[in-house]
Amino acid sequence: MTVILAPTPVTVADAPQLPFLVRFRLKGTPWIPILILLLIIVAAMGGESIAPHDPNGLDLGAAFRPPFWQAGGSYDYLLGTDNLGRDVLSRIIAGARVSAIVVLYAIGFSGAIGTMLGIMAGYFGGIVDMIIVRITEIMMAIPTLALALIFTATMDPGLSTVIIVIVLTYWTWYARIIRSEILSLRERDYVAFAKVAGCGPVTIFLRHLVPNIFNTLVVLMTLQVGQVIIFEASLSFLGVGIQPPDTSWGLMLADARQYITYAWWGITMPGIAIILTCLSSNLIGDWLRDLLDPKRRQL
Amino acid sequence: MRIVFAKGLLNALISMLGASLIIFIMSRLSGDPLSLLLPMDAPQSAVQAMRHELGLDRPMWDQYLIFLWKAVQGDFGRSYRWQMPAIELVFERLPATIYLAMAAFAFSLALAIPLGVLSAVRRGSWIDQIARIIAMLGQAVPSFWVGLLLILVFAVNLQWLPAFGADGVQHVILPAIALGWYPVAAQTRVIRSGMLEVLDSDYIRMGRAVGTPERLLIWKYAFRNALLPLVTIMGVYFAYMLSGSFVVETVFAWPGLGRTVVEAVFARDYPVVQAGVLITSILFVLSNFLVDLSYSIIDPRIRL
Repeated sequence: MTVILAPTPVTVADAPQLPFLVRFRLKGTPWIPILILLLIIVAAMGGESIAPHDPNGLDLGAAFRPPFWQAGGSYDYLLGTDNLGRDVLSRIIAGARVSAIVVLYAIGFSGAIGTMLGIMAGYFGGIVDMIIVRITEIMMAIPTLALALIFTATMDPGLSTVIIVIVLTYWTWYARIIRSEILSLRERDYVAFAKVAGCGPVTIFLRHLVPNIFNTLVVLMTLQVGQVIIFEASLSFLGVGIQPPDTSWGLMLADARQYITYAWWGITMPGIAIILTCLSSNLIGDWLRDLLDPKRRQL
Repeated sequence: MRIVFAKGLLNALISMLGASLIIFIMSRLSGDPLSLLLPMDAPQSAVQAMRHELGLDRPMWDQYLIFLWKAVQGDFGRSYRWQMPAIELVFERLPATIYLAMAAFAFSLALAIPLGVLSAVRRGSWIDQIARIIAMLGQAVPSFWVGLLLILVFAVNLQWLPAFGADGVQHVILPAIALGWYPVAAQTRVIRSGMLEVLDSDYIRMGRAVGTPERLLIWKYAFRNALLPLVTIMGVYFAYMLSGSFVVETVFAWPGLGRTVVEAVFARDYPVVQAGVLITSILFVLSNFLVDLSYSIIDPRIRL
C-alpha cells in the first residue's frame, strides 16, 4: 500500500529569505543620497581634524566674509564667515558631528525601548498591552515640542537633554508599529510550536520575533534620521538644545538670524546642510522600504 | 452613537489626566521650586514655613492631586514675570495662535487641494511631478528655516511683506506659509490617493459614460468623496500646527501662546510653562476627539 503524500504547496512567503546583502539590487539604488550621507558621516567622524579652520576660532577681522563666488569672498572661507569671523564650512562640519551623535543615541535608545515595549504589548496582550498602549496614547497627547520645552525648562539644556527628550517622544512611534506587527506574528504556527516546545518568552522574542521585525526596524530607523535632525535643529534654534561652545546646525541658524540683513549665507548654508541630510536619509529610507518590506509602501 | 461618544470622551479624559501627570512629574524633576521664590540667604524657618504653605512637605501623590485640583479650577499660580495669573496670560495669547494656525491651514489646503486633485487627474504629468517634489521637500525642510528664508526673500530683499509683528493681514502671510508648509505634503498625498481611488469607481465611469462634463465629475462627484480621508488627518495637522507654532512664532515674533511659552522657559516662569503646555495638550486631545467623532458621523462604516 502506498501512501500518497499531498505535495506541500510552496508559496513565495515560505521561500527562504535571502540574506540582506544578497538581495541588494544595484538597479534603482539612490546613489546620490548615499553619497551625500557618506560625506556627512565622514565629516562627522573627521570633525575638527578635517575642518579647514577652527570652528570656534574667532577672527573679528574676517567677520561677514561672503562665500567664495561672491565679490569679497575668498577660497580661504569657501562658504563665508559669520559675525565673529568663524568659518561657516568648519562649523557645518563640526555640527555634523553633533547631529550624528544625537541621531545615533536618540534612534538607538528610542528604537530599543519602543521595540521592547511593542513586542511585550503585542505578545502578552491583556493588561500589559492595555497599559503600554495607554502610555503611548498619553505621550502622544502632548505635542512633541511642548513636551521637550517642559522638560528642558526643568533640566539643564545640552546634548544629553536633547537626546533624552527625543527618546521620550519617539519611542511611542516604534512601540505602536512594532506592536501591530507582533500582533500578526504571534499567531503564526512557528511561534505556537516554539511555545509548545517549551521556549520561554525571551527565546521566542529573540529567535522568532525580532528577526521577523528586523526589516521594519531598519526602515523605521532610517526614516527617523531626518525627523531627529529637524527636531534637534528646532530645539537648538529655540535655545533649549545644544549649547555653545558646542555647535549645531540649529544653533548656527539661531546665531545667523540676527544678521539676516547683512549675511544671507549665514542662514542658508546650515539650512541646506539640514535639508540635504534629511532628504538623503528619507530617500534611502523609502528605497529600503520598497526593497525590504513591500507591504509597508504606504507607511 | 451615544456609546461611541462616551467611549471617545472617556479616552480623551484619560489622555488629559495622563498628560497632566507627566507635566507635573517633569516640572518637579527640577528639584526645589523654593530656590526661585526665596532669597538665597532666607532663614531655615522661613524656608520651612514656605514649604508647608505651598504643600511641598507632603507626599508626591498628594501634591499631584492638589496640582490637579487647582488646574481643574484654572489655578496654575501667578506668572513670576508678568505678575498675573498664568492661565489668564495663556488665554490672552491663545487667540493669536489659533488665528495663525487657521491661516496656515487655509494656505496648506489652498495649495494641497488643486495639487492633489490635478496630480490624480493628470497622472504622470508635470503637475504630478511638482506634487511629488513638494511632498519630498515638505518632510525635509524645517518650518523655521522656511520662515527664515521667507524673511530673507520677501522682507529683507524684496521688502514686500513685514517680517515681524501682528498688526494686520499682511503680517500673517509669511508665518502662515512657514507653518502651513509642512502639512502640504501629506495633504496632497492623501487627496491624490483618495482621488485616484474614487476616479476608478463605477459611478464615475458611469457618469463619464452618460456624458457628464468632466469638470462636474471631478469637483462635484469625485472630490467630495476624496475629502473623507483628509478629515482623518486634520486632527494630526491641527496638533502639528500647535507644536510648530512654538518655533514659527519665535521666528516671526508672533504674539501667540507658542512664543509666550518659549519665553517663559527662559525666564524659568514655571506656572506659565505648565499652563501653556497643559492647555496645548488639552486642545490637542480635544481636536483628535472631535475628528474621530466627525469621522464616524460622516462615514457610518467607521466606528470608534
